[in-house]
Amino acid sequence: MTAQSKSSIADLERIAERVLKLAKSSEAAETEIDIGATTDALTRFANNTIHQNVAEHTLGISVRAVVDGRTARATTNKTDDESLRRTVEIAISLARNEPENPDLLPMLRAQKYQKVSRFFPATAAATPEDRARAVARVCKMADKNKQTAAGIFASGSSQTVMANSKGLFAHYEQTRSEFSVTILESKSSGWAKSNSPDIRTLDPEALAESASRKAAESREPREIPAGRYTTILPPSAVLDLVGFLFYDFAGTAVLDKRSCFTGRMGKKLLGDNITLWDDVYHPLQTGPPYDGEGLPRQKVLLVDKGVPRNLVYSRATAKKMKAKPTGHGFSLPNEYGEAPMNLVFAGGAKSLDEMVRTTERGILVTRLWYIREVDPYEKILTGMTRDGTFLIENGRVAGGIRNFRFNESIIEMLSNVEMLGPAVRAAGEESFEMVVPAMKVRDFHFSEVTKF
Amino acid sequence: MQDWANSAIETAKRRGATYADARVMDIRHRDISTKNGEVGTLAESESLGIGIRVIASGARGFSSTDRLTREGVDACAAEAVAIAKASALAKRENVALVPEKSYVDTWQNPFLKDPFRIPVERQIGLLLAADKEMRRVKGVTVAEGSMSFRRIEQLFVSSAGSSIHQIKMQSGAGIVATSFAGTEIQKRSYPNSFGGQHMLQGYELVESLDLVGNAGRIAEECVALHSAAQCPEGQGTIILGSSQLGLQIHESIGHPIELDRVLGMEANFAGMSFLTTEKLRKLKYGSDIVNVVADARLEHGPGLGTFGYDDEGVAAQCTPIITDGLFTGYLSSRETAASIGEKRSGGTVRCESWNRLPMIRMTNISINPGTWKYEDLIADTDDAILMETNRSWSIDDKRYHFQFSTEIGWEIKSGKKGRMIKNPSYSGITTEFWNSCDAICSRDYWTLWGTPNCGKGQPQQVMGTGHGAAPARFRNIKIGVAFAK
Repeated sequence: MTAQSKSSIADLERIAERVLKLAKSSEAAETEIDIGATTDALTRFANNTIHQNVAEHTLGISVRAVVDGRTARATTNKTDDESLRRTVEIAISLARNEPENPDLLPMLRAQKYQKVSRFFPATAAATPEDRARAVARVCKMADKNKQTAAGIFASGSSQTVMANSKGLFAHYEQTRSEFSVTILESKSSGWAKSNSPDIRTLDPEALAESASRKAAESREPREIPAGRYTTILPPSAVLDLVGFLFYDFAGTAVLDKRSCFTGRMGKKLLGDNITLWDDVYHPLQTGPPYDGEGLPRQKVLLVDKGVPRNLVYSRATAKKMKAKPTGHGFSLPNEYGEAPMNLVFAGGAKSLDEMVRTTERGILVTRLWYIREVDPYEKILTGMTRDGTFLIENGRVAGGIRNFRFNESIIEMLSNVEMLGPAVRAAGEESFEMVVPAMKVRDFHFSEVTKF
Repeated sequence: MQDWANSAIETAKRRGATYADARVMDIRHRDISTKNGEVGTLAESESLGIGIRVIASGARGFSSTDRLTREGVDACAAEAVAIAKASALAKRENVALVPEKSYVDTWQNPFLKDPFRIPVERQIGLLLAADKEMRRVKGVTVAEGSMSFRRIEQLFVSSAGSSIHQIKMQSGAGIVATSFAGTEIQKRSYPNSFGGQHMLQGYELVESLDLVGNAGRIAEECVALHSAAQCPEGQGTIILGSSQLGLQIHESIGHPIELDRVLGMEANFAGMSFLTTEKLRKLKYGSDIVNVVADARLEHGPGLGTFGYDDEGVAAQCTPIITDGLFTGYLSSRETAASIGEKRSGGTVRCESWNRLPMIRMTNISINPGTWKYEDLIADTDDAILMETNRSWSIDDKRYHFQFSTEIGWEIKSGKKGRMIKNPSYSGITTEFWNSCDAICSRDYWTLWGTPNCGKGQPQQVMGTGHGAAPARFRNIKIGVAFAK
């Protein structure tokens, strides 16, 4: 095939230097450059055939200018001198026309970063043929089982460079790969998904086999009444629920009184077995070791044995709240402040099998879907189960059931966790990836049943 | 633009493509937000690139690049062909497209005031004035405002001879008041939640909204919600405000009629649909007064689903979706139309940007106005809850079972609007719900709402869709489940 050439960190650094040079002769007191280059490809299949196969190569050059205590941002994907100069001028012009920002702090000087290694050449080198061959094997397996496969196999890489006129220079590169598969029968389905910076750790056929088993085992689902059930949530479902908590740990959210931790910091809120951190350096996490202003990210203990202990802070929020910045700020300017983007839960040692074996009557979930917040303070979420929901009776999976709608407070849920599995890197649909365990939860509230 | 697109088509054909189209898109954004008297986001961006879609060896390939040099575009076209040939490794049958005429045309939506020429200082000033009005009300803990503007210039060129140049100007704005008290966070938005109102218009849209004039009212409502009565649980009559009905249409009509979902192409992510093809022209989707269209034409209004041509070069059309309650049409593409026996695509294929593959998306999915005056509808209702402005929404992956909650509700008793209700919610099954509709307000109360944030596809694409709706009444609906203990 003809591969399009990719940008290197050195290419991006050269662009950053050009922009900084152009900005030097402008009226900007300070200038910050964020450059990102992305190469992504995705093979999509359905009805046991590839129906979409795409690739993209993108570049974004974002310039933040500071003029008289005001700041604004302009972004382009054009690299000629005239476009870069115009982008600097737009950022300056936007900034000049806003009121002075009393929270604006001087840009950071050069920082030291802990090394992280998240670029895998095997992932960057994956071709459409590699992905198509894996998909063809999965489709063949589905055909053989008289089932229908749908899903994606994606791979890609990105490079980012951040620099400012005060001498800060940071760079980061990572690869990513993902395989997600749904296996369908006429009245049932199963699902499995995994992602990793290292494509060699993905096993598309094993994931497809797992989804296939779930579709077969949930054949002819029966309807059981809605209610409160002991519920076993695999890591992907836990991720999709607890993902809704991430912004509540932002200092700005508490300052604005729209965090569920407002008035609850330091008080027992969740179960003793719930401890979590934000930790970008965890071996199963991804992402750069610095935040949107270039400040090194710190590992922060957020909840200790059910007690919310710490928040995360950008530099400006930390100053307002008389705290220390933690390296979790978003790119400026913004109104949201910061958030922990690398949540890691403490896990346990129980397997899913053991959770099922110890359940007299309960529900085993495969996947959650269309989760939305109903009450932001009590953290009630609604959503649906999907792609394989099972009844457990007397310690055994007793067949598939029709999908439920749930309305559940995740504060209550995290107070009712009876068992925890090992914490793993989970991939869901509603949240970015986290390191979370499977959970067995008592009294999970399923409020209604759908038609399938 | 023309040279890059032509070059892409030539290279793709030379490499073995039996069909190719190219879209060059130049997209400009301006985003402004304010919070509690200060500017939050203040940013502009531009993005120029080309997306090339081909059929080779009977299979599809797509590639995109922002390297707009002869070499960059040729490499991108060659990659699209190579990807199509790799796709053929797992194909069952050759891709076939229903015919469409070739067009050489230019289209632009009309607007009065270019939002990018309005001084930023003025735009920020308007948001800060509304912000100040909201914060005058004791108990408001966060006051927020936002504006966003988007100019999309695009050229579509196909190997079949089309060359279509379009410019779309989109504007949007809204304000939100939030209040925390006790153990409760309440919120009121104007004119709609999740970013306000968005249309294919210029800055005149923002000026027409009167954000400052409505700021005090929504702030007062927001604070008053803390002491309002909780929405009861039970079965009863509801009246939905027009923006909430717009979202109800989006979720329980707009998505299930997407033919790619019906045919299983979205099974892994967005899901499928209960509207399997044997139901076409047979299913009683709604009551006799329910008439819904998918209309991308400018005469329907300047909605986020309005255009001259879709992103595979098919001219804008109006498709009847529900006719006197009967299900009569899907949203289709050139690839899917044949599967329901149609000879022509419904013209609903769109993409978020040059680096995304065009796919079936809602255009303007609107309910036709009914005959009721709003005042008469209230007067005709004995016992109901009026629910306004969406707060949360969720629906299953086949679009049967939904649950919505709104920011505010009002008790209707004996034909009169009574006390305020907090945390209103309702749920149901799509076809049962639409069949329970017994009154729709007239054209005077009909608004073409914009939903700017509809996600679909892998990689996910965010698209703007339009939904014309007027207040409507529904009987025997499940109420209050979201907060049930």
